[in-house]
Amino acid sequence: MSATQAPAKPAPARAPSRWARALDSDLLYSFRRSPLAVGSATVALILILAAVLAPWIAPQDPTNVANLNLLNSFNPPLPLEGSDWTFPLGTDEQGRDVLSAIMFGSRISLIVGAASVIFAVVVGVAVGLLAGYAGGMVDAFLMRAADVQLTFPSILMALLVDGVVSAELPRNLHATFQIYVLIFAIGISRWPQFARTVRGSTLVERNKDYVMAARLIGLGQVRIMATHILPNVLGPVLVLGTLTLGLAILDEATLSFLGVGLPPTQPSLGTLIRIGDDFLFSGQWWVTIFPGVALVLMVLSINLLGDWLRDALNPRLR
Amino acid sequence: MALLEIDNLTVEFPTRRGVLRALDSISLSIEPGEVLGVVGESGAGKSLTGVAVIGLLEPPGRVAGGQIRFDGKRIDNLPYEAMRRIRGRQIGTIFQDPLTTLNPLYTVGHQLVETIQTHLALSDADARKRAIHWLTEVGIPAASQRIDAYPHEFSGGMRQRVVIALALCAEPRLVIADEPTTALDVSIQAQIITLLKRLTRDHGTSVMLVTHDMGVIAETADRVAVMYAGRIAEIGPVAEVVRHPAHPYTEGLMGSIPSLEHRVARLRQIDGAMPRLNAIPRGCAFNPRCPKVFDRCHAERPELLAAGATRAACWLYDAAAAPAAFAPIRGTHA
Amino acid sequence: MLAFIVSRILQAIPVLLVIGFVSFAMFAYVGDPVTIMLGQDYTEAQRIALVHQLGLDQPFFVQYAKFIWAALHGNFGMSYRLAQPVAGLIAQRLPATLELVAVATVFSLAIGIPLGVYTGIYRNAKLARLGMALSLIGVSLPTFLIGILLILFFSVLLGWLPSFGRGDTVRIGTWWTTGLLTVSGLRALVLPAITLGLFQLTLIMRLVRAEMLEVLRTDYIKFARARGLSNHAVYFGHALKNTLVPVITIVGLQIGGIIAFSLVTETVFQWPGMGLLLVQSVAVADIPVMSAYLLLVGVVFVLINLIVDLLYYAVDPRLRVDRATAGAAR
Repeated sequence: MSATQAPAKPAPARAPSRWARALDSDLLYSFRRSPLAVGSATVALILILAAVLAPWIAPQDPTNVANLNLLNSFNPPLPLEGSDWTFPLGTDEQGRDVLSAIMFGSRISLIVGAASVIFAVVVGVAVGLLAGYAGGMVDAFLMRAADVQLTFPSILMALLVDGVVSAELPRNLHATFQIYVLIFAIGISRWPQFARTVRGSTLVERNKDYVMAARLIGLGQVRIMATHILPNVLGPVLVLGTLTLGLAILDEATLSFLGVGLPPTQPSLGTLIRIGDDFLFSGQWWVTIFPGVALVLMVLSINLLGDWLRDALNPRLR
Repeated sequence: MALLEIDNLTVEFPTRRGVLRALDSISLSIEPGEVLGVVGESGAGKSLTGVAVIGLLEPPGRVAGGQIRFDGKRIDNLPYEAMRRIRGRQIGTIFQDPLTTLNPLYTVGHQLVETIQTHLALSDADARKRAIHWLTEVGIPAASQRIDAYPHEFSGGMRQRVVIALALCAEPRLVIADEPTTALDVSIQAQIITLLKRLTRDHGTSVMLVTHDMGVIAETADRVAVMYAGRIAEIGPVAEVVRHPAHPYTEGLMGSIPSLEHRVARLRQIDGAMPRLNAIPRGCAFNPRCPKVFDRCHAERPELLAAGATRAACWLYDAAAAPAAFAPIRGTHA
Repeated sequence: MLAFIVSRILQAIPVLLVIGFVSFAMFAYVGDPVTIMLGQDYTEAQRIALVHQLGLDQPFFVQYAKFIWAALHGNFGMSYRLAQPVAGLIAQRLPATLELVAVATVFSLAIGIPLGVYTGIYRNAKLARLGMALSLIGVSLPTFLIGILLILFFSVLLGWLPSFGRGDTVRIGTWWTTGLLTVSGLRALVLPAITLGLFQLTLIMRLVRAEMLEVLRTDYIKFARARGLSNHAVYFGHALKNTLVPVITIVGLQIGGIIAFSLVTETVFQWPGMGLLLVQSVAVADIPVMSAYLLLVGVVFVLINLIVDLLYYAVDPRLRVDRATAGAAR
């Protein structure tokens, strides 16, 4: 007999603590078992740490003009001839260290990406909860708005919003506010997907008994939505949020590459790629390729984590 | 010789928390032309038995022991292609929910014709005629028009009739009916059962009728196997099992059915619940809930022992060992 | 059936009006055409003259009506940046974008769908896993980077294919120019089409695979196997058809994505299409071009949605509930 067997009289035991349960959970088990998940989490962590700590650990501060020495311009990356240990990935046309530029650039890319996702989540979840719970005309109107916006690809939306807001801002304020404009534009272009997901889940939860019970004891609508329904619809939001983070970073990189994102004074990875693109034909490929590699690694590891998370949380796909 | 023989079949599901034994050494047989009912609670393993017979166990589930023989030949170890030829042609299947069983994008006629043409070498025209014939057989009015209708254009009862037609159109010798009426209205249930009985009788088809509804079994089956926790608790002729249940579990089942004749203050129920697959008790799986339990029940798992006209997996029927106090009074239910 | 088409068209009209309204609002209120066209120094008289010339002193709804009327006649105003009629600019650029988009779409569908089906059926085969890994990288690569990498390999290092422009084009009819009829035109089309199509290809492949996996778990597939249908019938008869139905909607919506990403591709390859025009316009806040683009693209998207809805209707019989038959079924 190989099946486990219940003892005749089970000894009374304390319920395991939340931490013990989390450690033993299927999620963590699946994580530990998957080398891909562990690997991508590690890469993501390294990149994020390097980006966040850039002001303190980067070899050179690329925004400080005093640091730059034109004699150092266009150093190739390490193993190649003419390279220098102080600039392991080479330098650009002004002598800026590519490695430091990447670290600072990743920082900005991450900040914009994360902030816009948070914006989209807040707006999308609020709208979705409201639409799902209220139903009727409110639901129809909100979802129609989301649907209409969904037909527009987000990059186009972001581009147009960016263009309109920039046109309204006086020129001298452009550089300072660009980052906020960008966060707003990308965030506003990505809320509908969250709204639809949350609305769908809310519709399901709304009919469940615990919501009925809450209403029967007299809890207010907002309180029911926030404290009862919200925790139960957050699962898919987490997965969608992770995947959207990767997309938002790509959106920002694309907008910067097109020239309407972050300016060269405060460059993100996309801006760096754009600047470097000009030197591709003259042979200084490293100025554009290394930021590109960093971008891909970051988005790839986030996507892998998001994929793993989605499969792990979906009981049917095992 | 029996048409279908299941011989000590064990089906296991390896999971990260250990191996779950969903079917534990079960044995039963079906004679040609016979209707065998397989009854039990949800999770007892009755549907799994049917799925194992047609070889559609989903991985990681696998046959871990025993044999399945059809017409004397082993079928549990056949390669996919060989088993495929048996499915539909020798063994037909009816599933529970007719709405999800039929592909919504194809007409009923298309699905019938493709099944017929897979197993019988017929031209398109002949296959279509045969399909219309079967639709009429199962009681679909205006079959020659309805043949081009889509599944969603039928009501639930009609859809299940179509499913029955699909299961029988290649004239199999055995049909496995997995909860064929559970998803239907009570009034339709009777019609479907009557239809199934008539068709299988007319064509001499054997039936393995899996259900949790004892009433359906009593009406339709010749013999019945009662399953519990992946094992067979009792097996025997229907009339005997119903009127003189031998196994205490069967007794409890029969006792919990409300009777139209006697009034009772409370319905009898069996205390406790069927154990989960990863916590099956040692010895007889029913021992925590059994009103007639004694020592041996905790130690050894009982085999099927003769108990009058039926066979029951219960130590009460081991004449040599049962204590006198529990002399086998084959209990009638009150 | 007719009722369905009419109702869908009626639903599309308010959306079009909203797009038109937003487009107009942008056109009329964003940015200051006066400063842009006249520069920093201008007299009050010049301002009043320009305002009157542009019709900016008229009431809101009159301006809106004139805007829509002009748009319906193909008049979208004048570009601030180039001082040319916007309509002319669009006519010049549209064929380039449309050809690029068409070729890229065909490329992504022709390779993406079969790959998706294969990786869905043979979940664990080595080739399938490799395909999935590559597709994951594909989804993480931004379009412009793909373009840059392709240029690096095929133009800079190997010198096989051009890295900018459209090659030689041939004029057809009054305003259409095509690059498909010349060798240099076709060569110029290769890298941009692959760049544009690659992202969509990976998306389609992953989508088709996911749908396929879902479908293969359904009861009707189980029943098909239980009836002894061959693998071919199960996969290509039943599973494929059911997989493609939801895929149609998404692919339809993806065309919107392709149109959007053509912006990036055109920028990387200096492809003279609508996208490049828009990017250049946004950089200098050339509002008439932006608003015309919004209007046009909005109409295109609404049209695509309509077509997808109709396709869905044609393919999924459940949407065509015939009341008479349903009633007689009991």
